[in-house]
Amino acid sequence: MARIELVDLAHAYKPNPSAPSDYALRPMNMQWDDGGAYALLGPSGCGKTTLLNIISGLLRPSHGRVLFDGKDVTNLPPEARNIAQVFQFPVIYDTMTVFDNLAFPLRNRGWKTADINKRVQQVAEMLELTGDLKHRASGLSVDAKQKISLGRGLVRPDVAAVLFDEPLTVIDPHLKWLLRRKLKEIHHELKLSLIYVTHDQVEALTFADKVVVMTQGEVVQAGTAQELFEEPAHTFVGYFIGNPGMNLLPCKINGGAAHLAGSSIPLSPDASAALSGATGNTTLGIRPEFVECEFEQMPDTAPATITSIRNLGTHYLAEFRLGEHTIAAKLRQLSASAGEKVWLRLPAERTLYYVNDKRVA
Amino acid sequence: MMSKTLTRPILALYLLLSLLPIYWMLNMSLKTNEEIVGALTMWPSNLTFDNFKTIFTDPSWYDGYINSIIYVAINMILSTAVALPAAYAFSRYSFLGDKHLFFWLLTNRMTPPAVFLLPFFQLYSTVGLMDTHLAVALAHMVFNVPLAVWILEGFMSGIPKEIDETAYIDGYSFPKFFVKIFLPMIKSGVGVTMFFCFMFSWVELLLARTLTSVNAKPIAATMTRTVSAAGMDWGVLSAAGVLTIVPGALVIWFVRHYIAKGFAMGRV
Amino acid sequence: MKTYNNRAWFLILPVILCVAFSAILPLMTIVNYSVQDILSPTQHVFVGTEWFRMVMRDSELHGALYRQLIFSLSVLAIQIPLGILIALSMPAQGWKASMSLVLIALPLLIPWNVVGTIWQIFGRGDIGLLGYAINHAGISYNYTGDSIDAWVTVLVMDIWHWTPLVVLLCYAGLRAIPDAYYQAAKIDGASRWAVFRFIQLPKLRNVLMIAVLLRFMDSFMIYTEPFVLTGGGPGNATTFLSQYLTQKAVGQFDLGPAAAFSLIYFLIILLFCFVLYNWMQRVGTGDKK
Repeated sequence: MARIELVDLAHAYKPNPSAPSDYALRPMNMQWDDGGAYALLGPSGCGKTTLLNIISGLLRPSHGRVLFDGKDVTNLPPEARNIAQVFQFPVIYDTMTVFDNLAFPLRNRGWKTADINKRVQQVAEMLELTGDLKHRASGLSVDAKQKISLGRGLVRPDVAAVLFDEPLTVIDPHLKWLLRRKLKEIHHELKLSLIYVTHDQVEALTFADKVVVMTQGEVVQAGTAQELFEEPAHTFVGYFIGNPGMNLLPCKINGGAAHLAGSSIPLSPDASAALSGATGNTTLGIRPEFVECEFEQMPDTAPATITSIRNLGTHYLAEFRLGEHTIAAKLRQLSASAGEKVWLRLPAERTLYYVNDKRVA
Repeated sequence: MMSKTLTRPILALYLLLSLLPIYWMLNMSLKTNEEIVGALTMWPSNLTFDNFKTIFTDPSWYDGYINSIIYVAINMILSTAVALPAAYAFSRYSFLGDKHLFFWLLTNRMTPPAVFLLPFFQLYSTVGLMDTHLAVALAHMVFNVPLAVWILEGFMSGIPKEIDETAYIDGYSFPKFFVKIFLPMIKSGVGVTMFFCFMFSWVELLLARTLTSVNAKPIAATMTRTVSAAGMDWGVLSAAGVLTIVPGALVIWFVRHYIAKGFAMGRV
Repeated sequence: MKTYNNRAWFLILPVILCVAFSAILPLMTIVNYSVQDILSPTQHVFVGTEWFRMVMRDSELHGALYRQLIFSLSVLAIQIPLGILIALSMPAQGWKASMSLVLIALPLLIPWNVVGTIWQIFGRGDIGLLGYAINHAGISYNYTGDSIDAWVTVLVMDIWHWTPLVVLLCYAGLRAIPDAYYQAAKIDGASRWAVFRFIQLPKLRNVLMIAVLLRFMDSFMIYTEPFVLTGGGPGNATTFLSQYLTQKAVGQFDLGPAAAFSLIYFLIILLFCFVLYNWMQRVGTGDKK
């Protein structure tokens, strides 16, 4: 259990970074509470693995500090930080039995045999590996091997945080769910801080209390699943989270309304105030879940044409053409067909505005 | 990795000892014979390039190099060309007798060249290929082709079959797919293969000497002739030796990236 | 997974033709000769297994075989560990890595007779650095006259010549190990020795198998280098199998016994390699990624 803080943390591979693009990880600050489950979410190459390796000590950041419970660990190697890391593919010692694999870190610390036995049995039971203890680790299935990798991290009682780098990548889909559930169980029981790197939003949103969304080396938002969904602070978050992601439409702000494709969407007074004087690209964002569809012209609606409708069982996914923009909407009911003209309402309380990709209103 | 303080000296020491004999030969190649037998010196007191000049101007010497380069080049190309489709077959398909065939190929590599001396002599005489570059190139294929197939198969197995299938769906014919898509992906494997083919063909003496007499005589044979001639021409001999290292050094310099990256003979 | 398709044989055909021409035909010739007495080019007499029996009883052959075995085993015992050690000492990337690779591989690219010549010169007391240095250090060293000296020189020459092959193979094998293993070992607090024993050595298994096989086969067939260096001497102290065979076949022109011996020679190597191959396959139950 550790409170992890990142102070002015940044990482660049070049010695003197000048432009933001020189950074693999742009300057950031972050606090992670004791015992929480966090996810680092983002597409490939966004810097999440870099961040993870900095936290675990496998990578020394070029700027900034890492603090565990207030203590500066930036210069400490991994084995001195009481962390465990699980990698994308199972990392086990092929020539050892499962028992020896789990016992390895403890033996390296000079534990007594009796203590080692007890602890290994404990962990093996937690991970449902007790039956395999005597077997050679190399002969087990992939998901069992990942459990062993995890087990080696859990076996040290003083481990403060467990870091996961896309650990379910090589696991079969039907086993992923089981492993994820096991991780949650362990989290409950041991109350460790868990940091989980993934590019899969479903994994992140179901696993973590708080999700940190990253893109191109930058942390764009950190929040709960609900916050990320309802109040994305960055167009990237809006686009990345949700299936399908948020509709992002370039617009122009003028006289209390947002104008796009010949229609005007009225702004709320707060939004209007926030957007006045804004310079840069303005984008209107609304989630497909909140788009409303009318069959007659109503006040504050914009005309659009249906381009496609798909019945997905629990809801309909429809796509509309609004001028040259495409808008997707998830609707409970839609008895209509492609080509029909409809009017779309974008409720002001659900419509968000971004200037240069950052949320303003 | 191991701590640098321990490994760097080990590596340095090994490199030093390893290069010492080569340096010594270079040293001798730049001395005159008188100086060589006169006193032992670490570097030439009278630097001379005469030994090298002899080699470059005397056809009986430089012909040897040209001959060697010719048959090695032929062998490299033939071995690789013939091994590519075979390696592909072993990598992608299973067929009747495939494992046995693979092992049989490997056994060719295991046969002592000395065993082949007489049969080759008779065989190539009969076919009228005695004393030709092609003869040596073909003879060397006995041990190079199995090695080439072995190495290439390993690299090819690293490419997922899905790539082949995608290409066929996209409408590529097999030859087009092989040349345009597959080969570039196993570039390092082809590089390593050609390096090994070059290496084992360039250095082999016994068969090369047996199958040639005048026209295709390799440099190795010329050098042994020198040794048995009256009076040791150490200077020229050393110069000749130094020059035999040059093509090898060049080849390895060009494939050095492949070695660093993909030397793994496949199954690694 | 591989698909079953017998038409793959067409792809293999070129290889089979080439190798068959170069290998099967000669082999057939050898088998032919091994069971006949060639009195003259036109007079052949079938003698059955007589040559084989004669060869097996040949004490000179036993001597050569014995020396050959000692040589090959010594070669393996020294070159494999040394090769691993040097491979571990090499940098993983950068220009220093390329440089080391080129310099290390140099001995591999020298024609085998030149290898013999280099060491012939190097080891002489009058014009060779090594011979001169040893003699000046007070140790009497003469590789043409003294059997032990000859043996040591031939061994050192082979080590100098072929260890780079083991180094290159192990180096490639080491590069193939994903970083994550080293990272996990760091986190587990593993010692340097533990990293070698539990991560590097197991992962080098395949490469080492290739290295052991190749080195055994090649050392068992060695001819040119020792022949140029010592001519097999002094006496027959450094006469190994290939030279013995060549002497019999070319020197004494005893085609029948030579052919019989060739077959036996080939079968010995084949047997050893088969055993070695299977043994190393069994040593690790290895997970195939």
